Amino acid sequence: MSPLIQGMLTILIGVGGCVGYFYASNLILDKVIFPTQAKNPGKNINRANMVRPWLFLFPALAALGLYLVYPVVGSFYRSLFNRSGDEFIGFGNYTTMFGDDGFQTALLNNFLWVLVVPASATFLGLLVAQLTDRLSWGNIAKSLIFMPMAISFVGASLIWKFVYANNPDIGLINAIRDVFGAAPLDPLQLPFWNNFFLMFILVWIQTGFAMVILSAALRGIPEETIEAAIIDGANPFQIFFKIKVPQIMGTIVVVWTTITILVLKVFDIVYTMTGGNFGTEILPSYMMAYMFRDDGRATAVAFVIMIIVLPVMIWNIRQARQEMK
Amino acid sequence: MDNIAGTKSSLSWAVNISVVLLVVLWLIPTVGLLVSSFRDRDQISATGWWLSPFPVSENYQVKAPADDATADGGVNTITGNVFGEGSGKVSRFGGKRAAPTEFKAGETAQLTRDRTLTVQSDGSYIYTSPEEITRDPSIYFAAASPPDFSLDNYRTIMASDNMDRAFINTLTVTIPATIIPILIAAFAAYALAWMDFKGRGFLIALVVGLLVVPLQLALVPLLTLHNKVGIGQSFLGIWMAHTGFGLPLAIYLLRNYMVGLPRDIIESAKVDGATDFQVFTKIVLPLSFPALASFAIFQFLWTWNDLLVAKVFLPSNSESWVMTVKIADDLLGSKGGDWGILAAAAFISIAVPLIVFFTMQRYLVRGLLAGSVK
Repeated sequence: MSPLIQGMLTILIGVGGCVGYFYASNLILDKVIFPTQAKNPGKNINRANMVRPWLFLFPALAALGLYLVYPVVGSFYRSLFNRSGDEFIGFGNYTTMFGDDGFQTALLNNFLWVLVVPASATFLGLLVAQLTDRLSWGNIAKSLIFMPMAISFVGASLIWKFVYANNPDIGLINAIRDVFGAAPLDPLQLPFWNNFFLMFILVWIQTGFAMVILSAALRGIPEETIEAAIIDGANPFQIFFKIKVPQIMGTIVVVWTTITILVLKVFDIVYTMTGGNFGTEILPSYMMAYMFRDDGRATAVAFVIMIIVLPVMIWNIRQARQEMK
Repeated sequence: MDNIAGTKSSLSWAVNISVVLLVVLWLIPTVGLLVSSFRDRDQISATGWWLSPFPVSENYQVKAPADDATADGGVNTITGNVFGEGSGKVSRFGGKRAAPTEFKAGETAQLTRDRTLTVQSDGSYIYTSPEEITRDPSIYFAAASPPDFSLDNYRTIMASDNMDRAFINTLTVTIPATIIPILIAAFAAYALAWMDFKGRGFLIALVVGLLVVPLQLALVPLLTLHNKVGIGQSFLGIWMAHTGFGLPLAIYLLRNYMVGLPRDIIESAKVDGATDFQVFTKIVLPLSFPALASFAIFQFLWTWNDLLVAKVFLPSNSESWVMTVKIADDLLGSKGGDWGILAAAAFISIAVPLIVFFTMQRYLVRGLLAGSVK
C-alpha cells in the first residue's frame, strides 16, 4: 500500500476517530450515565458537567503525557544505564561525558550559540522593526526578511553552503576575497570563527521572527509618550532607546528566551554544514552522534539540555500563572 | 504623526537605504540558490551565479583528426575548425593539457618537436608537424558560450534520484501530522478556556511548561517504546510523534484565542439549552478559525521542514526518506560537488513552504503574536 494512501486513510481514521470519540463519549455521558430525563435531572447535569472537561481533555492529556512527560522521566532513567541498557551505572554516563573533549567543546560552543544567536537575532529584528515602522514599503521589506522562517534548516544550510563555498566562482565570500586579491579559504574550517558562520545562518532565519513580534510591540506603544518626548526635544535616537525600548522590554525578553530555547534544539545546521567537525559540535548534534549507537550517552546529553532549559521553563510557567490572575 | 516636527527627520534617506541594504543582504543567498538551480553544471563551476546573465568562458578540448593530414614537402598539416559544423568565438587556445589557454587566438603556437598550431578566433586551425601524424593531436581552447538556463537540474533530480519519492514521503508525513493534532488540541483548549473544573490552572501551567521541553529528550524513550509496541520506525510512529510534539503549542495558541471570545455568545447559547459539545462545534470552533489556521501553518512548516524527528522515527532506508533527510544524508554526500543538482533539490524542498508562507502570512503573523506577546 502506498504511504500516501496509508496517510489519507490515517487522516480519515484519525479525524473520524477523534470526532467519533468526542461525540459518542458526550452522548453516552448525557444519555446513559447521567441521563437528564431521569429522576433528578439537576443533579445529573451537574455531575455530567464535572466529568465532561476530562472527556474533552483526555486525548490531549494522554498524548502529552506519553510523548512529553514520560520522556523526561524515561530519558533520565535510561541515562543511568550503560550502552546496551542492561547494567545500572548510576551517573557513569555523565562522568565519562563531562570528561570527554568532544562534550566539552560542544558545551562551550553551545554556550556561545546561546550567547550570540538570540542577542543578534533580537537586535537585528528590533532594528528592522524600527526602521520599517514608518516606511511606505515597510511591509514588503518585512515580508522578505521574514521569509527565511519558512525555509527548513537543511534548506537554509544548503543556501549558505553556496555562500561559504571554497571556490570563488561559487562562494560569495571567497569571490569578494578574490576581488581584493586574497587566497580562497574555507570559512567552515576556520577554527573558532567557523562557529560564528554557522550561527549566522540561524540569525538569518530567526531575525524575521523577532522582527514580526517586536514590530507589533512597537506599534502598541502609546503615541502620547512619543509625542511628549518629541515636544521635550528628544532626538530620534533618544526616542528609540529611552522611550520605546523600555516600554517593550517585556516583549524583548520573550523573544530572547524563545530564540534561546530554539538554539538548544537545532541540530540540523551543524549536522548539514560540518557534521560537527572542525570544532563546531554543539549539544544537539553531539547527541545525534550518539543516537542509535549509545542510548545511555544520548539520553544523558538530552538531559543536560533539559537542565539548561529548566530555568526558562520555570520562568515561563510563573509568567503564565501571573497572567491568569 | 507624520507631520509633527521631529518625526520627519533628515534620517529618512538613511533609513530607506539601510532597509534596502538589509533586504538585499537577506535575499542574496536565496536568490543565488534559485539562479544556480537553473544553470548548466559546467557554467556553475566556471563563473559565479552573479555573473550568470553574461556569456561564460569555458575550456574545451577537441581532437584534430590525423586522417585528414596532408603531406606537402615534408610538412604534415591538418586544417579544420574547432567548432566543427557549429560556430563560436575562440578567445585563447593551447596545445598542452597543462596550459590550455596559453596563446591568444590568431597567434602561432610553437609546440614540442617543431610542431605548430594556429587557431583563429573564428575557430579555424592549422596544425603542422615535420613528422608523420599518427595520433589525433588535442587542441585546447577557451570559447565564450551564451548563458544557459534550463530545467535540466530539476529533471535530473526528479527522474534519477528518487526525489519525487522523497517529496511524496514528506507530504505523507506532513498532512496527517498537521490535521490530527488540531482536532485533539481544539477540544482540550476549549475545556481549558471555558469549562470550570479543579486542576485547570495546573494543566495550563503544565502546557506552558511542556512548550519548551527539548525534543531530544523524547527520542530514545519513545523509539524504544515504539519498538516494543510493534510500531517501530514507521509512518504511523512519526505521525504520533509529531502529534504529541505539536500539542503544547496547539493547545496554548488555541486556548489563548478562545479565552478572548466574547463571553455573552457562549453563555446565551448555554441558556438556550446548548450542550458544551454543541457550543464547541457550532460556536467556538467556527469563531476560532484564525487561530486554527495559524497553528495549522506552524505545524505544517515545522513538520515539512523537520529533520530530527524524521531521522529518528522513520526507517533509514531510502524508500522512506523525506526530503530533508534525502538532502542532508544522501545528496550532500553523493552529489557534494554538483551544485546545480543540490540547488534544484533544495528548491524543490523549500518551494511548498514558501508558497504557504507568502499566501498565508497574515495567519502566521497572527499566530506568532498570539503565542508570544502576552
